[in-house]
Amino acid sequence: MDLRFTAEELAFRDSVRAFFETAIPADIRRLVSEGRHLTKQDIVTAHRILNARGWAVPHWPAEWGGQDWSVVQRYIFQEEMQRAAVPPPLPFNTQMVGPVIARFGSAAQKRRFLPPTANIDIWWCQGFSEPGAGSDLASLKTRAERDGDHYVVNGQKTWTTLAQYADWIFCLVRTDRTAKKQQGISFLLIDMTSPGITVRPIITIDDAHEVNEVFFDNVRVPAEHLVGVENKGWDYAKFLLGNERTGIARVGLSKERVARAKQLARETPSGQGTLWDDAAFRMRVARLEVQLKALEITQLRVVAGSTQGSDKPDPNSSILKIRGSELQQATAELLKDIAGPYALPLPDAADDLSNAPAVAPDWAPYAAPAYFNNRKVSIYGGSNEIQRNIIAKAFLGL
Amino acid sequence: MDFDFSDEQLLLKTSVDRLIADAYGDFEQRKTYQAEPAGWSAALWARYAGLGLLGMPFAEADGGFGGGPVETMIVMEAIGRGLVVEPYLATVVLGGGIVRLGGDAAQRARILPQIAAGDLRMAFAHVERQARYDLFDVATTARREGSGFVLHGGKGVVLHGDSADLLVVSARTAGARRDGQGISLFLVDAAAPGVLRRGYPTQDGLRAAEIVFDGVRVAASAMIGAADAALPLIEQVTDSAIAALAAEAVGAMTVLQDITVEYLRTRQQFGVAIGSFQALQHRAADMLVELEQARSMAMYAAMMAEAPDAAQRRAALAAAKVQMNDSSRALGQASIQLHGGIAMTRDYKAGHYFKRLTMIESLFGDSDHHLRQLAAVN
Repeated sequence: MDLRFTAEELAFRDSVRAFFETAIPADIRRLVSEGRHLTKQDIVTAHRILNARGWAVPHWPAEWGGQDWSVVQRYIFQEEMQRAAVPPPLPFNTQMVGPVIARFGSAAQKRRFLPPTANIDIWWCQGFSEPGAGSDLASLKTRAERDGDHYVVNGQKTWTTLAQYADWIFCLVRTDRTAKKQQGISFLLIDMTSPGITVRPIITIDDAHEVNEVFFDNVRVPAEHLVGVENKGWDYAKFLLGNERTGIARVGLSKERVARAKQLARETPSGQGTLWDDAAFRMRVARLEVQLKALEITQLRVVAGSTQGSDKPDPNSSILKIRGSELQQATAELLKDIAGPYALPLPDAADDLSNAPAVAPDWAPYAAPAYFNNRKVSIYGGSNEIQRNIIAKAFLGL
Repeated sequence: MDFDFSDEQLLLKTSVDRLIADAYGDFEQRKTYQAEPAGWSAALWARYAGLGLLGMPFAEADGGFGGGPVETMIVMEAIGRGLVVEPYLATVVLGGGIVRLGGDAAQRARILPQIAAGDLRMAFAHVERQARYDLFDVATTARREGSGFVLHGGKGVVLHGDSADLLVVSARTAGARRDGQGISLFLVDAAAPGVLRRGYPTQDGLRAAEIVFDGVRVAASAMIGAADAALPLIEQVTDSAIAALAAEAVGAMTVLQDITVEYLRTRQQFGVAIGSFQALQHRAADMLVELEQARSMAMYAAMMAEAPDAAQRRAALAAAKVQMNDSSRALGQASIQLHGGIAMTRDYKAGHYFKRLTMIESLFGDSDHHLRQLAAVN
């Protein structure tokens, strides 16, 4: 047993770190660091810089742009990306639909979709959740009926992240209404410009437009856009969600937030000095660091034990999801608490450039919205309650 | 031992609850009030005055109704349930409270009847950026000049400071920035030359302001209480505000508890109401534990808010604020989690209650601050 990185791995880490810190624009990284929302252009810019370096889809098969990296290298890459507050390459493209097409898609689909997906020339969104199908995803009702060489899709998706920017949507649709829940579902790729699609914004409690409702009214989809085998979509979704959960611990992101919290605490007046002089505050930070270290090593254990190309997600990923989301929330909470009474002003107040008294400090108005927004991380990607069910059933046999 | 309200208090509760249910029962109404120029409803303010709420804690001799902290608790709990946006705390509890507790006869006679009638809005300009939650940390200065004073300095996160007509401003007339002695309070016309205000919306849909006092002249008669000795009064009115916010938080938590349980009863997943899952039942039960602990401490806060022994009072209100903050956070987060995505949306009520509870935590001391106070006197 040796938990240290090798010299080669450390060299890899240094080169990745240097690239992130020099090649990705500092203003974009600052937005990420402050938990603010990025524009479409910010996301595309960062994604394409990575893709130009060959690093947008390192975990894909080599013939479609992947790197022949070890699992440890992949881990280092992801951690360093979060440490440098680099916006991750669009996960719908790189973590979700890309790997599904690469593994289960036809040769024609791979040729058509994978290169533009890697370069974000196609922006994908995820059509899974429905109003009546959240934690109980398999109860989804959006249906696709075969009509000649087309499917006709009717129904509604919800919580569709950044659908307002999307060119295509990958959907779970019901193709066999007589089959048992999970068995009548197919995985369909749909052009967002198809007649009959309507996107409606959902504004979240941090006043952001991040998610949407997507309505399908007799949308005709060429049958060639079915991925894999009809009625096997649930298997592909499980494969995809397994990928989502390994990335969801986001240890690097939480560590970056703790580093930022330390910096801000040193700048925040409190008592005779700063908040950092307060032993109770420092103990709270220390406790978070302990918890993050434990999560980091747990994640390394999962990384070291995972076999490439397996379509069975490691049940350990549920542990990563639960504790990772809790620590993301705890670090967002920490930053909000540092702001003190200056958590109150809305961000718009800080952006006002009039010569009236400044609302300060400038980072503080974003702390509470980030805290509010982070409540989602224990809800999405399979809520933490669902993760506990998985652990209880798959691990504990209860 | 008696936790029951008197007949008069029950009458007050019935009429306040009815008014708030009528004015805020439909959540869309709140948006129309927020869209008014001041960010709250002038018409509702007049209705509060008509019901006697704006003069509730003032003595009858000062044009009020002689209510105490329990009456304020009743009003504030209704305000919490409705998620009310009008400046009741800023005007009646804070600004009016300082005049009520520290003003001389002339000041009380001039100001309190106007507040009670709904004709005067106040705000308490006290917090400074470097002070965080330390009430004695005041850098703003008031220099004697002629028969009056000249104020210099900046105040932050002044609740409803943008729509106030009259400000109470803390300023240093002696001593160093963090001295307990040497702080005085002044009444300052919000429209006086040298008062620069920047109003802004807060995360919870209310309003606040940054205010700079750039050589603002006030007469000697603008001083409230004795020179250099305002800290005890500032602490007293802050404790009143903590008791009021505790009641508001209980009102808000009660609604969150109710709508969460209602959602658990109606939301179907896996073919059943999600409230049939024991994991969710237990979390909802934990919410109720938090709510009732908070309710107890809100009652304790009301009982102790004007206790004669300042040290006992301060410790009691610090304890109440800690429980309130911790319950607010636990209950608010559980409510969002039990709802799932729907509570993350702006169109659903729960998130707004969660945001208000979160901001109440950040006012007049977070839990760390109050635990430090309590640990220091242990």
